[in-house]
Amino acid sequence: MSNPQRTIEVRFHGRGGQGAVTASIILAEAAALEGLYSQAFPEFGPERRGAPVKAYTRISKEHIKTRAPILNPDIVVVLDPSLHPSTYMQGLKKDGLLVLNSKKGAKSIAEELSVGKVMVVDATGIALRNLRAPIVNVAMLGALARVLEEVSLDSIAKATLKAIFNIKWEGNIASLLEASIIGEAVLGNIRALNEAYRLTEVYIA
Amino acid sequence: MESMLESRARQVRVLLNSNYAVAYAARDADVDVVAAYPITPQTGVVEKLSEMIANGELDAEMIHVESEHSALSAIIGASAVGARVFTATSSQGLEFMHELLHIASGMRLPLVMSVATRALSAPINIWNDYSDLMNVRDSSWITLIASTAQEVYDSIIEAFMVSEDPRVLLPSIVAYDGFWMSHTYEPLYIPEDRRVVSKILPRRPRYVLDPDNPITIGSLVNPDWYYEIKYQQVEAMKEAYRVIREADTKIKYYLGRAYEPIESYMAEDSEILVLTYGGAYETLQSAVDMMRSEGLRVGALKLRLWRPFPVEDLKSKVGDAENLIVVDRAISYGASIEGPAALEVIAAFYKGKSCPTISSFIAGIGGRPVSEEDFKGIVKKALKLGDKALKMGSIHWGVRGASYE
Repeated sequence: MSNPQRTIEVRFHGRGGQGAVTASIILAEAAALEGLYSQAFPEFGPERRGAPVKAYTRISKEHIKTRAPILNPDIVVVLDPSLHPSTYMQGLKKDGLLVLNSKKGAKSIAEELSVGKVMVVDATGIALRNLRAPIVNVAMLGALARVLEEVSLDSIAKATLKAIFNIKWEGNIASLLEASIIGEAVLGNIRALNEAYRLTEVYIA
Repeated sequence: MESMLESRARQVRVLLNSNYAVAYAARDADVDVVAAYPITPQTGVVEKLSEMIANGELDAEMIHVESEHSALSAIIGASAVGARVFTATSSQGLEFMHELLHIASGMRLPLVMSVATRALSAPINIWNDYSDLMNVRDSSWITLIASTAQEVYDSIIEAFMVSEDPRVLLPSIVAYDGFWMSHTYEPLYIPEDRRVVSKILPRRPRYVLDPDNPITIGSLVNPDWYYEIKYQQVEAMKEAYRVIREADTKIKYYLGRAYEPIESYMAEDSEILVLTYGGAYETLQSAVDMMRSEGLRVGALKLRLWRPFPVEDLKSKVGDAENLIVVDRAISYGASIEGPAALEVIAAFYKGKSCPTISSFIAGIGGRPVSEEDFKGIVKKALKLGDKALKMGSIHWGVRGASYE
């Protein structure tokens, strides 16, 4: 996904309460920690738990000179497998990447939706194991870290701590997992992030 | 970023939305009293300030009021006894404050307020345009309109500098796009040590209500003196221009960022200039890049200072450009030209030595996005219509049912 000439545009799809908006902010924060420019914004409107939610992140090496909505994302991240593909496939670039929370195989999804690049992770399973709640946003970012050359897993871990818990952490993810001063809620998120990074299945046609 | 190196204050890079940028600026300005009533899309400002006060990060009084009318009343009172005060609002909240807006400026109180701009009811609409801000243009508040979270932060500091200057003593509004900016996170620099802000923004003595040294402000004034008192406001608003330019210089010296009343992008050699304000200026610059690559000599202007209106800056930035297209984000119903900024621009050029072909467009009403394609379409339309455009009044861009052939 590395391209120094242009902005990477990501669109997150979830349901109110799953953390799609927070995921967009964590990703922008992680990019900012890398010294990059970024923007994160939600789809503006009334907020309702359980209703479909969209949120956006732009990442660039240069100052981002647009505030227009993202209509043709490079990457679509789907937090909720129950959303209908027509909602999240809309406008995805021809060579775009779909990152899906699902128990299904990447290849079968690629064929089903006729999309060339698919990454699949069972984020719900990972979240339930590590957080005892189906809050999948951080796990989905772990999957995304596999392809984003510009943003490292360490930066996403740091940004997660900053954005959700307002904790400043200077070390890497390994030192974080070892840290005894960090509480269970924080650790659960970092474990989920790490596990999703390892378990994500990548399929490129 | 080169300018960052010259700055005197050490700064940290943080990711904030414009609402939070306002709150950090009000914190760094060390405000004494905040009174506000929640309204979308501004609410994040006062939520963050409440959090800062509760955490002990900011030593201030937060007054929870039952309406915007009371919010402004409360800080008028606090300012009158000498406190540094702040409030934030949007849309109907700003309109509900309206009579107090005039009282604050008439009493010459240096209040600062942020406005996350939003459409007006009815029909009810929570999304962005600048109808709320444009409706209060005659209330004698200095008004800055920002385009980035960075500029929002710097403008709040600047607003206190200007408002509290003894040559001015008028309240200030710092406006920015509701949602497009209020809810968009982006990186910006803020001082590592906020004491630098107290250096930029020293506490200055002014006349305040004090039982030991009694004075009266805002009392009944008969026709024999009222006009003279209001004329002082006219002069203070004119004087504010010079003070704003001095403040720009100070902001540049201490924080390393340069601002002008009219900002420009690729304007010097442009035949066509597009002027807008707020967050849309960012998208406009990206549209300029696209049009330039197609061979069009086009540039962008931004109205940063709305009150006092910077006539001479505008003229010098426009220079010899042949076409000036003003894209407004609000409607002045029934006006000869319905775009509020376009009206000011036309007045600025009246009987000048050179006057470009001016056209007025209105776009992005009630949260409708303004994209690069919109700006490209607007330029194309303006060039096609030429002098005819202004005869049609303002062109309502993208609205169904209107035709301008």
